[in-house]
Amino acid sequence: MKTLRKYLNNIKPNFEPGGKLQSFQSVFDGFETFLFTPNTTSGPGAVNIHDSLDSKRIMIIMVLALMPCLLFGMYNTGYQNWLAAGATEFPFWQLMAYGFLAVLPRILVAYVVGLGIEFAVAQWRREEIQEGFLVTGILIPLICPVETPLWMLAVATAFSVIFVKEVFGGTGYNVFNVALVTRAFLFFAYPAQMSGDKVFVASRSILGLGNDLPDGFTGATPLGQIASFTGDKLELLNLRGDAISAMDAFIGLIPGSFGETSTLCILIGAAILLFTSIASWRIMLSVVVGGLLMGWVANTFHTPAYPASFLSPIDQLLYGGFAFAAVFMATDPVTAARTGAGKYVYGFLVGVVAVLIRTYNNGYPEGAMLAVLLANALAPLIDYCVVQSNISRRRRRLRARA
Amino acid sequence: MRRTINLKKGLNLSLAGGLSSTEVKTDIYPSRIAVIPDDFPGFTPKLDVAEGETVGIGQPIMHDKTDTDITIVSPVEGTVESIVRGARRKIERVVIKTGSSDVLPIAYPTPTTPAETRHILKRAGLWAMLRQRPYDIVPTGDSVPRDIFVTAMDTAPLALDMEKSSIINVENLKAGVKTLSRLTDGHIYIGVKKGSSLPDIDGAEMVEFNQLHPAGNAGVQAANIAPVSKGETIWTLDAITLAKIGSLMTNGTISPKVTVALTGSELVETKVVETVPGADLADLVKSDISNSGHPVRVISGNVLTGSPEGIDGFLRYPYRQVTVIPEGSDADEFMGWASVSPRKMSVSPSFIGRFFGKNFTPDARLQGGRRAMIMSEIYDRYFPMDILPEYLIKAVIAKDIDQMEALGIYEVAPEDFALAEYADPSKIELQRIVRQGLDYLRSEV
Repeated sequence: MKTLRKYLNNIKPNFEPGGKLQSFQSVFDGFETFLFTPNTTSGPGAVNIHDSLDSKRIMIIMVLALMPCLLFGMYNTGYQNWLAAGATEFPFWQLMAYGFLAVLPRILVAYVVGLGIEFAVAQWRREEIQEGFLVTGILIPLICPVETPLWMLAVATAFSVIFVKEVFGGTGYNVFNVALVTRAFLFFAYPAQMSGDKVFVASRSILGLGNDLPDGFTGATPLGQIASFTGDKLELLNLRGDAISAMDAFIGLIPGSFGETSTLCILIGAAILLFTSIASWRIMLSVVVGGLLMGWVANTFHTPAYPASFLSPIDQLLYGGFAFAAVFMATDPVTAARTGAGKYVYGFLVGVVAVLIRTYNNGYPEGAMLAVLLANALAPLIDYCVVQSNISRRRRRLRARA
Repeated sequence: MRRTINLKKGLNLSLAGGLSSTEVKTDIYPSRIAVIPDDFPGFTPKLDVAEGETVGIGQPIMHDKTDTDITIVSPVEGTVESIVRGARRKIERVVIKTGSSDVLPIAYPTPTTPAETRHILKRAGLWAMLRQRPYDIVPTGDSVPRDIFVTAMDTAPLALDMEKSSIINVENLKAGVKTLSRLTDGHIYIGVKKGSSLPDIDGAEMVEFNQLHPAGNAGVQAANIAPVSKGETIWTLDAITLAKIGSLMTNGTISPKVTVALTGSELVETKVVETVPGADLADLVKSDISNSGHPVRVISGNVLTGSPEGIDGFLRYPYRQVTVIPEGSDADEFMGWASVSPRKMSVSPSFIGRFFGKNFTPDARLQGGRRAMIMSEIYDRYFPMDILPEYLIKAVIAKDIDQMEALGIYEVAPEDFALAEYADPSKIELQRIVRQGLDYLRSEV
């Protein structure tokens, strides 16, 4: 460590104003503070000691909490490919390696495009590099279908980092969740490619691993099947044609966006976030309550016109991106409601609207994404009401005294 | 039966370097003292002495520009050694070289009317020890408070139990309450720790608080007893000042002694001493600083609200505590954000240290970079008032006066935000923001 520190001290003057590489100062600073905790001490008029928690650690815990989903996503990508090819044996390491190779380019594209923009903007504004994109960069591949073309991913990431985050001022100032806008951009800009039956299952062999699926292959997700379902007895099938049980959906061995399928892994992530109190339990709880309630209402009045109403409330939580949105998307502290009471309303809104869209709008089989974006837009309004109630309490007190 | 208020929000930091005994160990008579006008916000100093002049105990060093009766007096007999001025000739401090320690203080007559009481408190330098809300300033000369809030508990990290301060006794407190009751038509509340041995004082209502910092802040107590509304004024003070007022009324002289806790992980021996306000910190702690070879931070006050003075600094208002901690400027911590070390201090369960129940020795580093307000509801956990601290801070930053008023700026002082500032992962300087907001408001309203 001493040698590394010395090396950094040696090259540091190059990056300071007037140095040869001064246009990379933010980048250098970003790496330096990443490697060594800065020695800046607090000045007069401020507290003398600070808590060890900083935004780097918050972001890294978020990334850690996403790891179970990422790892399971790798396995599941391989599993679906093998399953679609009619395999009966599922060699664990080959499945993992296949999934790893499938997702790696997507993670790289998201990070290179997003961090590239972040670094450039930080340098342009002469600010420290913010860590927010470390999480966003891993969220994006997790919520996108595995076959999303790389160039689309790059365009969508660039769009949302620039127009959803940087134009508002960077990490901490954005109104909408950056990862979700990336997903929404893909969904609305390339509907033909992004919502078909093919995009959710990896269908080509990679570096000799995996199977080339026939061109006529279709692999609809459970929610995709529901959307196109007609009849009055709902049955969901996996790629081999067997019925999907609630248990399969809970474990996550179903087609879907890369990291969203496993409710089990999402729950592990939720446990990490709640234990470290990085995410708000209020939001998670109220999203689930909202989803269950709306699911129950829809299920009580089920009708063949809206096939998703055949799903039980519990199934509503297990399928699609609902659980992932509840744990990782709705709880984003920057775009969620910020007041304690507001969080209950915000989360409830996410839960209700997610199931509402999913059930009563067959055009959008995935309601969770739109529900969170809608709630993001309404969060300031919810907070405004909570703040106003505090203000009017103070006004009443003043009037009572006068 | 006393009223008891149990506050749920707050935090008691577990720091190494606490007091092993609360008994006064020694008397330290410093070689020099300083009077620092910055300790008295709202007070515009005009000098009453010149360099080289001799001063007696209780003699005015400076007075306020608008109310010339409000003075700050010398706690020692000695000679004015230097008057240090900063930018635009602002008086930074008046340093007095101390003379003999057994000179009698200047005597004051016993007041009989409210007007006389005010006059004597102002002349004896005790008025300047009071604070008013709104603005957390020295009360203006004609201020009539709605209520007066006295705190008899210090919940700050490593602080000395205020009731152990040598000047606090029932007679002094009684006389103090009697004096203050002439200055207000409202109540006088004394906030004491739960299970306190202080008896009820005639003329004051005793309210018990659980000892969860910041419950000892007079402003926090006021907010939970009877919050300040727009257009109202309250006074806050600590029981030490109250006892000093009482002592002035019974003896006719000011009592220049203060009981100070010398604490912190970098002191070989932590102890309680008797000294005078403004004492030279070198005389108080220099011989006790552990010789670790690392730089230390000598703080006048506690780790949260205290001022980093350095070893050549002076004991500053409210003259209760000195804390010495590692500075940390020479630390080379590799990837501190990923640390699993149990020695990292944090309220976050992501650091394992809190599960060992040990005391921490934090240094003065920010432990991260400044960021925008990212996490929500962090401030609320350490802010036991009916106020939304995040929104108040945002209103202050935006200089939106209407919103500041609506969100309760009149009820707060910078010290109330200290814990939130400590816990903030975005490392925003909340106390400075609040101070600037209060000053801005006072200049505009």
